[in-house]
Amino acid sequence: MTEQDRESFRQGFRQGLPFGVVGFVISLSFGVLATDAGFTPWQAIAVAGLVFAGSAQFASLSVVAGGGGIPAALAAATLMNSRFLAMGIALAPSLPGGPVTRAAQGQAVVDSSWALASRGDGTFDRWRLFGTTLPQYLTWLAGTVVGAYAGDLIGDPERWGLDALFPVFFVAILVAELKRPGARVVALTGAVIALALVPWTPPGIPILAASVAALLGLVAPGADPVADAGEAP
Amino acid sequence: MTLGTTEVWLLILGLAVTTALVKAAGPVLVGGRELPRPFMRVLSFAAAPLLTALVVTSVLADGRRLAVGADTVGVLLGTVLLLLRVPLMVAAAAAVVVTATLRALT
Repeated sequence: MTEQDRESFRQGFRQGLPFGVVGFVISLSFGVLATDAGFTPWQAIAVAGLVFAGSAQFASLSVVAGGGGIPAALAAATLMNSRFLAMGIALAPSLPGGPVTRAAQGQAVVDSSWALASRGDGTFDRWRLFGTTLPQYLTWLAGTVVGAYAGDLIGDPERWGLDALFPVFFVAILVAELKRPGARVVALTGAVIALALVPWTPPGIPILAASVAALLGLVAPGADPVADAGEAP
Repeated sequence: MTLGTTEVWLLILGLAVTTALVKAAGPVLVGGRELPRPFMRVLSFAAAPLLTALVVTSVLADGRRLAVGADTVGVLLGTVLLLLRVPLMVAAAAAVVVTATLRALT
């Protein structure tokens, strides 16, 4: 680990903190909803610690809370998680080591850390990625502990408007992303694809399908990001 | 919920394993090699549509139905504040308060 790596990690950690705070409350909602549905507090906490993927957790919980079985819940979670496949492929060239080491490093990917660690040229700063994920993992775990044990005091998270946090969390990541030339057109196209598919496909598929809009990157205005990286300080 | 305690543990195990596999797949299969330039260019544009789709579907979709609710208004306000460079925690708090207030009133 070089001095530059340490600095990336520290910067990532700081950038991850606000996301960690919001993540705490989102994860708290998960703890409340999971125990409401019939999970024991330890089970809710185990989900947060072992799965650590908000959209997949909420998607699978809503399936089983609605009376669905394990296969349907796993399918819903995997569809929500499928975007990590795209993110993992993008990240792969920036990860050193053998397959096992790379697989382990890939576990650190969450949406915000992946987006913040992107250098904008298709490569990633992996230490920034790890730094950004760490505080979020800790607060994610802590939030569920509080939600699972204090659920009775909190009541229905929707009553408190806590369901608005999840999308705002992602908008915060997006705002930085949209500053790149061409990114807005790609984002808008992704939104149109996703909304058009909502009535016709199971939840999760519209999100994965939206990634097709990234192909517009081939014709998007702006300089070649790879060439840009060569000129970057 | 119709699942018993043991079944919930099975579900948790399944979720943990499938999530880990999905996250490992890209790094293992593609590996630490350079990808062709056009491919890198497409990848560099992958985040924007994925995140936008995540936002619009969580705000405007209710299962397979398109729907607008109190959270739509709250998230819209949060988005405007973020665009005005308001810190995330403030924007998030505003979105929550507006969503909760609208729900209490309607």
